[in-house]
Amino acid sequence: MTHPVSQEATADVVSPLDEAGVGAIVLDAIERKAPLAIRGAGTRAGLGRPVQAARTLSTERLTGVTLLEPSELVVSARAGTPVAEVEAALAERGQRLAFEPFDHRPLYGTSGEPTIGGLVAANASGPRRVIAGAARDALIGVRMVTGRGEIIRSGGRVMKNVTGYDLVKLAAGSHGTIGVLTEATFKTLPIPESETTLVLEGLDDAAGVAALCAAMVTPFEVTGAAYLPARGDAPSCTCLRLENFESQLNYRTAALEKTLGHRGPTNRLDVPTSRALWREIAEAAPLLGHERRMIWRISVAPTRAAELVAKLRPVLASHFYDWSGGLVWIAVEPSEDACAGLVRPAVQAARGHATLIRAPLATRAAVEVFEPQAPALARLTRAVTAAFDPEGVLNPGRMHAL
Amino acid sequence: MTGIAMPAADPRILARRDEIVAGLRALVPGEGVIVSEDERRAFETDALTAYRRMPLAVVLPSTTEQVAAVLAFCDREGVPVVPRGAGTSLAGGALPQEDAVVIGVSKMARVLDVDLASRTMRVQTGITNLGVSAAIAHEGFFYAPDPSSQLACTIAGNIAMNSGGAHCLKYGVTTNNLMGVTFVTMRGEIVEIGGDAMDAPGLDLLGVICGSEGQFGMVTEATLRILPMAEGARPILFGFETSEAAGAAVAAVLGAGIVPVAIEFMDKIAIDICEDFAHAGYPRDAGALLIVEVEGSQVELDEQLARIEMIARQHGATSSRQAKTAAEAAAIWKGRKSAFGAMGRISDYICMDGTIPTGRLPEVLHRITEICDAQGLKVANIFHAGDGNLHPLVLYDMNDPVSLAKAEEAGEEILRACVEVGGCLTGEHGVGIEKRELMTVQFTHVELAQMMRVKQAFDPNWLMNPAKVFPLEMRFPSHKAAA
Repeated sequence: MTHPVSQEATADVVSPLDEAGVGAIVLDAIERKAPLAIRGAGTRAGLGRPVQAARTLSTERLTGVTLLEPSELVVSARAGTPVAEVEAALAERGQRLAFEPFDHRPLYGTSGEPTIGGLVAANASGPRRVIAGAARDALIGVRMVTGRGEIIRSGGRVMKNVTGYDLVKLAAGSHGTIGVLTEATFKTLPIPESETTLVLEGLDDAAGVAALCAAMVTPFEVTGAAYLPARGDAPSCTCLRLENFESQLNYRTAALEKTLGHRGPTNRLDVPTSRALWREIAEAAPLLGHERRMIWRISVAPTRAAELVAKLRPVLASHFYDWSGGLVWIAVEPSEDACAGLVRPAVQAARGHATLIRAPLATRAAVEVFEPQAPALARLTRAVTAAFDPEGVLNPGRMHAL
Repeated sequence: MTGIAMPAADPRILARRDEIVAGLRALVPGEGVIVSEDERRAFETDALTAYRRMPLAVVLPSTTEQVAAVLAFCDREGVPVVPRGAGTSLAGGALPQEDAVVIGVSKMARVLDVDLASRTMRVQTGITNLGVSAAIAHEGFFYAPDPSSQLACTIAGNIAMNSGGAHCLKYGVTTNNLMGVTFVTMRGEIVEIGGDAMDAPGLDLLGVICGSEGQFGMVTEATLRILPMAEGARPILFGFETSEAAGAAVAAVLGAGIVPVAIEFMDKIAIDICEDFAHAGYPRDAGALLIVEVEGSQVELDEQLARIEMIARQHGATSSRQAKTAAEAAAIWKGRKSAFGAMGRISDYICMDGTIPTGRLPEVLHRITEICDAQGLKVANIFHAGDGNLHPLVLYDMNDPVSLAKAEEAGEEILRACVEVGGCLTGEHGVGIEKRELMTVQFTHVELAQMMRVKQAFDPNWLMNPAKVFPLEMRFPSHKAAA
């Protein structure tokens, strides 16, 4: 059975074996004025506006970890390397990608192994982003083939580097529109000895988000801050993760409990339960189980999040908050415009921005998937994109209508 | 005269000076336009003081709208613009040119909004780096990037150069702590990019504006990530016989799963000079020194420092001293933070800023000594060891042009060595004019052309800080790179 949000049909898929092969395919596309759809393993293929392309260029055969130096906190891998492979190689040396890669597979009903290239293209960060920064913050170097068919590098393997413009940041979250990523280098961090999650039950949205914010301004370095509303008989859960050396963790957990004490009783989750919980949040699992619902991902200042959600209440099928309230996931029942007519103005009034993260192809063609930009910003975005891809051969239309 | 060339001033612009000044005065009233030679002199250089250029005029706007009007005017008139924060660039990033208008942000220095619960703050960018932290210290918050010049340098300059500091091993550099900006294009458009949400929609223009060395536009307001202060912080000082041993200890600490907030390194020469100045109790008998700082509660500090001390001892630390009191901690940092000043008391120096993979540290230090020996120059090494950001200070005599030329030559060779081992030309100071001609060492012509195309997307007429970052003869992609 086809999942309702499956990617546009791709007749012709080419998977080059090396960077030079990528370059040749892009040059050929320029020559023939035949745009390419760019993808890794296609696990995030439901993300963005539909692309009009006769051919798909996949980086999934550009594989392999090319640099792993734990004492320098750095890892490099070719774009098609499975994220899981990089994470496993790091874990073996006691390290990890601190931004906690977001896995879109459950959301889109896709299979296969998410790749490093797709991770970068979507800037796909999970719960720990709230303190550790996003994928774009950990990304310190890239190699890519631009829409001119040229191979360029930006950044490198050292974490402090201001030599030349930071094109690395442009690549992160560019959804394959400025270049085809061929290799990425990340700053890594040690995996702490242990973790726990404190859960406060039964708070309403506003009180829950306030508790998250109160925890985030303590010095205890909370590494996950999510609010899951009540479901059926289950009460709402305000979840706060702490990670550290075992001995320090005990001290910090007790201190955080004391800080939050007046807000209600707290439960401590053991390590496996805590891990499982944040894994679910890193897949937006609280919204899943209703394939046809349309899903928005909203970024907003935490202090305005609960009020925004209250305004959206009439159309909410389900929702939850991550990033201390700064990231709101909402699901709405299927409709022609995915409730954009209500969501967009409410989000704009809250000075946030919204991405229609899951909707059928036709909806994503008709409704702006990404937050519409003011004219001057849209002009700059177009000019910068054209600086890399003047002929529009890479994922044309993915981020903005042409 | 010194070695780095600047383009010849455009005589057509110089001839129109009065007219241009009149145009500027119509946009920015009163003292906001600085014309007299005496007053302009304060703006003729930055912290790369060997280079000076008198600007055509200096404008100090009070509002974003004035900045927009001045930029649009200069764009129409074809007059180059050099944006300026506090003029603390060590790379000549704020060096004026005779046919350019300097636009300073110093009159826009207010805190606009603080949202503690969201951990964000909105400021005008003329505020100093330390001014940001000072404004929120009473609430128990701080702004993390802490360049050595933080008392003077502005957020505008920090954004332009993507400034770092000693504590970015844990907290990241400016780009990791910047959430949104009000950005003014050369055309005079005012554009809001990002905001106080944790990620921004669309292509990450904020990410590429940060670190663009004032070549894309001007940033007049910024939303910054602010952080709650740690419960406590404590540095520990280790002496080692050799730089190699110190380098190995750094790798071992990081490899053991401990990420301190800062790891600073000094070699023998730097130790002596800083100790003479700061009396911080640095071990004069050591060949190299590490300052490692950790954060947390008292118990956590004890525990982390015990772990670190054990590792350091295993790697040959010959002495160690934990700061027992706040005063001792301050003294340990005073030596480090005043290092450049202390050095300046005994000699002129140029400060290089390459970054290397930390594993290559011993061989690069060895190479730096060789390079400077060959030129007959002394070098003191001070650097952020956790992230491999070197600061070799090459000592020379400013009154001796030969000595400066030798120092510049040695500096260039050191940076080439950094790139050779997989590092980069500049870790936090920026390219400016200083490393402009060396960009071809790190980048291919294709890569440089791509960067210039990005500049051109923001500034089609190539008027924003035009003589920086790219080798002079490569500039003006409208003629060359775009072909």
